[in-house]
Amino acid sequence: MSEPAANGGAALAEVSDLSVRFVTREATVHAVNGVSFGVRPGQVLCILGESGSGKTVTLRALMRLLPPRRTEITGTVRVDGRDVLAMSSRALRDLRGGLVSMVFQEPMTALDPVYTVGQQIGETLRRHTGCGRSAARGRALELLELVRIPSAERRLNAYPHELSGGLRQRAMIAMALSCKPRLLLADEPTTALDATVQIQVLVLLRRLQRELGMGMIFVTHDLGVAAEIADTVAVMYAGRIVESGPVARILQAPAHPYTAGLLASTVYGQPRDRDIDAIPGSPPDLRRLSPGCSFAPRCPRRTADCRRAVPEPRFPETGHMAACLLVTGANGRPS
Amino acid sequence: MHPLSPDGLTVDPRDRGGLLQPLLIARGLRKHFPVKGSGEKTVKAVDGVSFTVRKGETLGIVGESGCGKSTLARLLLHLVVPDAGELVFDGDLVDTRELPVDALRRQVQIVFQDSYSSLNPRMPIRDSVAFGPFVQGKKKQQARDIACEMLGKVGLDPDVFGPRYPHELSGGQKQRVNIARALATEPRMVILDEPVSALDKSVEAQVLNLLRALKRQFNLTYLFISHDLNVVRYLSDRVLVMYLGRAVEIGPIDAVFERPRHPYTRALLASRPSMDPAQRIQEAPISGDPPNPIDPPSGCRFHTRCRFAEPPCEKTDPALGVWEGSQPHVVACHMHDVASGHSRLAHV
Repeated sequence: MSEPAANGGAALAEVSDLSVRFVTREATVHAVNGVSFGVRPGQVLCILGESGSGKTVTLRALMRLLPPRRTEITGTVRVDGRDVLAMSSRALRDLRGGLVSMVFQEPMTALDPVYTVGQQIGETLRRHTGCGRSAARGRALELLELVRIPSAERRLNAYPHELSGGLRQRAMIAMALSCKPRLLLADEPTTALDATVQIQVLVLLRRLQRELGMGMIFVTHDLGVAAEIADTVAVMYAGRIVESGPVARILQAPAHPYTAGLLASTVYGQPRDRDIDAIPGSPPDLRRLSPGCSFAPRCPRRTADCRRAVPEPRFPETGHMAACLLVTGANGRPS
Repeated sequence: MHPLSPDGLTVDPRDRGGLLQPLLIARGLRKHFPVKGSGEKTVKAVDGVSFTVRKGETLGIVGESGCGKSTLARLLLHLVVPDAGELVFDGDLVDTRELPVDALRRQVQIVFQDSYSSLNPRMPIRDSVAFGPFVQGKKKQQARDIACEMLGKVGLDPDVFGPRYPHELSGGQKQRVNIARALATEPRMVILDEPVSALDKSVEAQVLNLLRALKRQFNLTYLFISHDLNVVRYLSDRVLVMYLGRAVEIGPIDAVFERPRHPYTRALLASRPSMDPAQRIQEAPISGDPPNPIDPPSGCRFHTRCRFAEPPCEKTDPALGVWEGSQPHVVACHMHDVASGHSRLAHV
């Protein structure tokens, strides 16, 4: 399969200046603070970040799966040219599971425990394609075979609790793919799985994504997983994308001190007789974000200027962005 | 507290058997949990596991969920009472007059994965840490002083954090409190049951550094349980690989990671992401999930997923080689047993 062209092709999903705030009586949580990115058909974007970095909230905003009453969303989210933030709830129901679908982290809670796998996949199919019960069942069987569930015929009648963790996640992928989405959102789909099962699901997702030519946004906290699946990586910290670019570039020549720190602090390949270069401190409180670069308090290279304003994106290379004052390269907003 | 003497030998006054006596010997540990409402069925969580922990070493235990590694940790402290098998701590048989269970627990402590649920939510963390020494006979003020000292050792300012409640701390800070709580009773051995699995990567590195520093400072012995092979490799001297309630391979850490012998260990190691987008894994090393421990496969429990499975593997259970003594690297696999009848004998 060819890699997606560097600039050709219209964006399948386009997010610009997205901000998400959760408002409660006690506090306002600034979960996402001005995030912009795009995904083309056939491209895999990994959003990499630690817990509380805003990666899952960003993903959910693409389908507007956030509690409407307590959430303030600003910016624009366009999927296939359509403005998601302006959609009616009816239009949203057509979008979810149709054009865009999602694979969640915990298949046990994402699947309905009182319906069989076949019924759940069938329901999605009938809602979106209007096909009949038996046609839906036939297609569900094809889908279970597509995700390589052994003895698929029998598994169609299984309830989620009767499946192992790996099979459950495959069933959820089958459901997500049932209406041939053009954009697949995956929220840490392998985090709850064992090592030997995780790699099976990653290899499967990568193969399906290529074969079906889908765009995919894959949220993870694991650098190794990103290395296995991503074309491009966007690193999030405190609700902002601090660095983005081609996966090899991000892993081998990170420009932002946070990305560099994250790479240095992984245990992978660390000599045993030395301490790990850990990033000191902990992530900031999203209720009280200080002005300037959010990483500055933990940054070994901070200067007085870092606290003044949020750093503008800079481009050390075409397609490689880092929001850090120390990075040399072209300034400005992405074109 | 118990510094090393100049010749590198311990001068721990509690040492009974000398350096060569393993700190802990587990022999044939077994725990089957009954399954409610299913008659005779049991979950074979730990099914005959034997190993030793040497003084001053870190023994890593790896395996996937359901392999019994957490149950094993609980068996070692009699938090779950074993159905069979015996434990010898520094030469004394556990749960006998020589070493009753509460005396064992003075010397062995545990840190759990879930840092929140292992602290009392209604107690300031200083009191949680002081609780152990207090129960073990220290005066209230003495116990409190120990708690403040231990909080300092794990990098939490006792004046700032001491009066706080668990919900006011981050995950990494709570896990530091749990480590302080475990160390407050001056244990000789600490069981670490997935202590960093719930933490973010940047915090994980801090806690791992802390664990290493504390081990040196207090001359501790660690049993480190994790599903993360990279973390185990970084911290352990030797490693035990578990699969469905059994130990399948035990050996020095570099030997097991560089020359794994059991097909399961090999698959587990090959399943790790490469960290290099140019060398992605094209084919998953093994297919399927681990089988249900209620009804484990006959013979070698890995034979249902093993590429090299042959008739002897389905019939007979491979034994783990003889392991007591020097620095052996042993494996429970018919390919490593000349008498097994397997056609693909490995070079042993």
